[in-house]
Amino acid sequence: MTAAALPAGTIADEPNRLGLGGYVTCLLGIVWREVMRFLHQRERFFSALVRPLIWLFIFAAGFRQVLGVSIIPPYTTYVLYETFVMPGLVGMILLFNAMQSSLSMVYDRETGAMRTLLVSPFPRSFLLLSKLLGGVFVALLQAYVFLFIARLWEAWTWSNQDPILTNIAATWQQFGVVDPHLSGYLTVLPALILSGLMLGSLALFMSSVIKQLENFAGVMNFVIFPMFFASSALYPLWRIKESSILLYEICRLNPFTHAVELIRFGLYGQIGPPAEQASQAAADGWSFAVVNGIDLTHLYVVVGCTIFFLGAAVYAYNPSKGLIGRRGGAGAGA
Amino acid sequence: MLQQATETEAPTLVVSGVSHRFDDYLALDNVSLSVPRGAFVVLLGLNGAGKSTLFSLITRLYDNVSGVIRILGHDVRRRPTAALQRLGVVFQSRTLDQDLTLKQNLMYHAALHGIGRREAKQRCQEALERVGLADRQHEKVRNLSGGQARRVEIARSLLHRPGCLLLDEPTVGLDIGSRESVVSIVRKLVAEQDLGVLWATHLIDEIAPNDVIVVLHKGKVLFNGTVPEFLATTGSDNIRTGFRKITGTANGDSQ
Repeated sequence: MTAAALPAGTIADEPNRLGLGGYVTCLLGIVWREVMRFLHQRERFFSALVRPLIWLFIFAAGFRQVLGVSIIPPYTTYVLYETFVMPGLVGMILLFNAMQSSLSMVYDRETGAMRTLLVSPFPRSFLLLSKLLGGVFVALLQAYVFLFIARLWEAWTWSNQDPILTNIAATWQQFGVVDPHLSGYLTVLPALILSGLMLGSLALFMSSVIKQLENFAGVMNFVIFPMFFASSALYPLWRIKESSILLYEICRLNPFTHAVELIRFGLYGQIGPPAEQASQAAADGWSFAVVNGIDLTHLYVVVGCTIFFLGAAVYAYNPSKGLIGRRGGAGAGA
Repeated sequence: MLQQATETEAPTLVVSGVSHRFDDYLALDNVSLSVPRGAFVVLLGLNGAGKSTLFSLITRLYDNVSGVIRILGHDVRRRPTAALQRLGVVFQSRTLDQDLTLKQNLMYHAALHGIGRREAKQRCQEALERVGLADRQHEKVRNLSGGQARRVEIARSLLHRPGCLLLDEPTVGLDIGSRESVVSIVRKLVAEQDLGVLWATHLIDEIAPNDVIVVLHKGKVLFNGTVPEFLATTGSDNIRTGFRKITGTANGDSQ
């Protein structure tokens, strides 16, 4: 065989170049597959929706009388516990969804669907990011369906002749506050995407490290429950501080707390608490990010964690440095 | 010195001096083989011989640390995009989405190769016709038999028009009729399209008299040549006995 010597950088018989159009096609294809798979798993859709609704209808209703929520940003008046817990439940949807997609990736790796993905000629980091965006898109669908149902529920509870409720409703109107969710649906979108990406990339990293997941229960016990309960999803942090300083610190270190807070402020068209609140946080030696009188800690933590987890996942799936080759990897059995 | 063979001259696949180690054992030990154009090369080995590890390296699930792997002259490590664009793979495990239709599965694969929708539709049609399943393109994969699903996977692996096709034990678990149809489809491709095929198997009866066989045993290539050469080297009158002799195993064929 005669080998034609070519100057370095010359490309011989290059197959079609993968231009921008190719990348878009690839991304859309991957997202489309995630959505199709999700729609075909009806029970997954159903359970993804029932879970937060049970919390909202039963847990929150029961808790309403037990836990008073004082006026803390972004709330401008007393709110019902249902209203307080809503961002946490949206966060829960994102969290469950991310962990489920992580599980499906481990499963994919075993059946070989992950290998079908990774044998694509596009850069691996792009493939993983596309896969992640597919998962986030599915989570967004669920989150918005939940928000919609929650809104109907709210409308229904307002219309009930519960004296406490009518009082609060009157207060709302007195302050000229309209139901926060209308424009909030739109402004919360970036917060949802960012939080989804953070949790998704954490899950992606987990999928490369965990070789075999026995079942969902392990993930529930060791990841979902600790992340969910040690956060500001169910109770305001100042309440936790009153009972345990240690737990309070753990909650503040939990990235999920920051995701939930980002969603909470997002629902009211804000990015973070105003500065006077922030200066209190600064006094705690915590806040490092006050811009234009707004404390951006939540945003920075979520973005930072996303970059960190995503980097870890890309590293783990890297063909030469990664963890797959070292561990024997996918389908190494036969 | 940089030597870059052009696609038209290079063999479809060259593996040279590749070793791979998992934590404590050597899965591949200095493996070399070549798949010329229009050749049907059988990679023969028992389970655990290192076939799947080799496939993982060729498909770049992880990188080879030593040696070189080239697909139509493109180094898999240095130019993975060009190499993977020219490679078609049928994995051992079932990799189709059961709940999606044949066409949806193929369209997904086309997207993974950056092929636009209109072009992809046409190629799906062609590929499914080739494997005789065009009339079932709107059915779910779940409804197919094992052999039919395999044929869809072959159609899928051809969508981006690769020059080299890898098949990892493609007939495992299929009945005799399905096995024959899968084998004949691939052999026809080799004959008509000048495709290079690397066919991993442990089933000796899938080997044709003028195939090239590569015997892989415990990570080492024990033999690389044509069937008549194999028989002469091992001094046996059939492949089964030859395989038994060369590998020192009691039973050449595990099935």
